[in-house]
Amino acid sequence: MNYEQILNDRIQGVKPSGIRKFFDILEEMTDAISLGIGEPDFVTPWHIRDAGIYSLERGHTKYTSNAGMLQLRREISSYLNRRFDLHYDYSSQILVTVGGSEAIDLALRVMINPGDEVIVPVPSFVCYGPLTEMAGGVPKYLELKAENQFRLTPEELKSAITDKTKILVMPFPCNPTGGTMDRKDLEAIAEVLRGTDIMVISDEIYAELTYGQRHVSLANLTDMYERTVVVNGFSKSHAMTGWRMGYVCAPEPIVAAMTKLHQFGIMSAPTTSQYAAVEAMRSGDGDIEHMREEYDRRRRYLVENLNRVGLSCFEPKGAFYVFPDIRSTGLTSEEFCERFLVEEKVAVIPGSAFGPGGEGFVRACYAASMKDIAESIARLDNFLTNLRRKQGREG
Amino acid sequence: MEKLLELLEQDCTMGVEQLAAAVGVPAEEAKAAIKKYEEDRVVLGYQAIIDWDRVSKESVTALIEVNVVPQSIDGFDRIAERIYQYDEVESMYLMSGSFDLTVIISGRTLREVAQFVGERLAPIQGVTGTATHFILKKYKEKHLVFRPQDPEEREYIFT
Repeated sequence: MNYEQILNDRIQGVKPSGIRKFFDILEEMTDAISLGIGEPDFVTPWHIRDAGIYSLERGHTKYTSNAGMLQLRREISSYLNRRFDLHYDYSSQILVTVGGSEAIDLALRVMINPGDEVIVPVPSFVCYGPLTEMAGGVPKYLELKAENQFRLTPEELKSAITDKTKILVMPFPCNPTGGTMDRKDLEAIAEVLRGTDIMVISDEIYAELTYGQRHVSLANLTDMYERTVVVNGFSKSHAMTGWRMGYVCAPEPIVAAMTKLHQFGIMSAPTTSQYAAVEAMRSGDGDIEHMREEYDRRRRYLVENLNRVGLSCFEPKGAFYVFPDIRSTGLTSEEFCERFLVEEKVAVIPGSAFGPGGEGFVRACYAASMKDIAESIARLDNFLTNLRRKQGREG
Repeated sequence: MEKLLELLEQDCTMGVEQLAAAVGVPAEEAKAAIKKYEEDRVVLGYQAIIDWDRVSKESVTALIEVNVVPQSIDGFDRIAERIYQYDEVESMYLMSGSFDLTVIISGRTLREVAQFVGERLAPIQGVTGTATHFILKKYKEKHLVFRPQDPEEREYIFT
C-alpha cells in the first residue's frame, strides 16, 4: 500500500513536534528532573476523586446527554458567573467536551470555510495551527514580543488582519510565556475588533492561574460576547488532566453547531469524569486557591533565581510557566535544551517548539516540587558557568 | 510572616533563600524572623518523620487514655508535668470528652510499654485509670503517608 496516497494531504502537511526526541532522552534517564511537561504536579483533590468513584459505585456508567449532564452544565454556568462574571445559559450555551482541546478543535471546525484565515499569536500552545489546517483554514502566525511581556497589542493585531481573517485565537494566560492580558489590554483589542465580523476563540484554560490580578475574559467586554467562544476546562484549575474534562461557552448558534459535531464524533464526554467535575464545581474553589498559592511561591522563587544566575526572565503573571531569554548564551533554544538535558539532566522545552516567536527562549514549568525547582536552579547555575568557561576558551 | 511558619511546618529543609522567595521578602528578613520564632519558642524544633517499619528497628507505639482526679486546669498542668517529664512520653494532650489526657509513648517492646504504664504512669498520685491502645499500623502522620512510593512509569507528552 502507498500510504502517502491514502493519507489525507492536510495531515501529511502537519509536521510532527520536534519535542519527542527530548522526551526519548528523558525517559532513558533515571535521575533527571523534568520541568518540561505542562501539567499540575498535584493529584486531583480527594473529594473530587471520591465523587468519581462514588458515581461508579452507584452504577452511573451510561452515556450522558450529548452536551453533558444538565447538573454539570448548571454548575459550570454558576461557576463562571461566580468567578469571572460570565453569563451563559446552561441549557443552550454550554457544551461539555473531552478536554479544552476538543473544544478548540470543534470551534475551529464549525467556523472555518476553506481558505479562511485564523490569526494565531505565537509563541503559544501548539494545537491551534495544525487544527486550523485540518479544518481547511490558513493559520496566520503573529509573533508576540518579549518587550511587550508577550501581550498582543492592537497594532500587531491590525497588521495581521486581512479581508480573509475569520478568527482570532486569544491564548491568555499563555502557555508557554506566562503572559496575560488585563482589562485595559483587552479593551484595546476589542476596539480593533468592533465593527468587524472576526470571531475570537478565547482559550482560558489557565484563567484560574493568575497572580496578582484576576483573569478577565474578553467576553466580558462590550460587544465582545457575541463574537467570543470561551474555552475552559478542569485540567489546570483542578489538577484533572487525565479526566479529560473541558467545556466551551458561546452564543447559541455556535454551541448548537459544535454540539452537532460533538454528538457524531464523541457522543458525550466520559460520565465518571462529569460526576467528578460536578463536585469540583460545587466545592473545589478552595482547592484552586490552595494550588494557586503553591504555584505562586514557586513562580516567585524561580523568576528571582533565573535572573540571579543570569537568564533574564520577565515576571509571568499567569499559567505555570516561566519563559527565560537564553539568547545571552549564544545557543539556539534547541541546543540549549539538549545540552542542559545531557549535561545536567534537567528537561526544559525549547521556545522554538511554540512557534516562530519562541526562538531564543525556553519554557520551564514550575508545577514541580520546590525541591526539584531548587535543584534545577543549582544545576542551571552550574551549566551556565561551564558554558561560559568553554566559550571563553573557544573565544 | 505566618506564611513562613506554614512553609516551615510543611518542609523545614527548605533553605532561607527558598523560603524568602516563596513568601516574597528579602532573605535577611526571613532569616531574622525564623531566629525570632525560635527564640520565642514559636518554633519548638525541627524533626524528621520516619517510617521505622521500613528499617529493621523494632518499636511499638501506644496511645494511652489517662483519667485523673477531677481538678482545675492548673491542676491538670501539674499532673501532666509529672507525666511528660518521662523520656518515654512522645506526645501528650489534655482532652475534652470521656478521658482527660492522651499520652503517646514508644518503646522497644510491648513489655517495655506495659512496664511503663504499670510502674510509672498508673502509680502517679491523681491518676485514676488508664487504657492502653497499641498502634498496629501507621497510615499518615503530619500530612505524610506511610506507604512505599508507587513505581511510576511516566510517559511524557507535550502540552
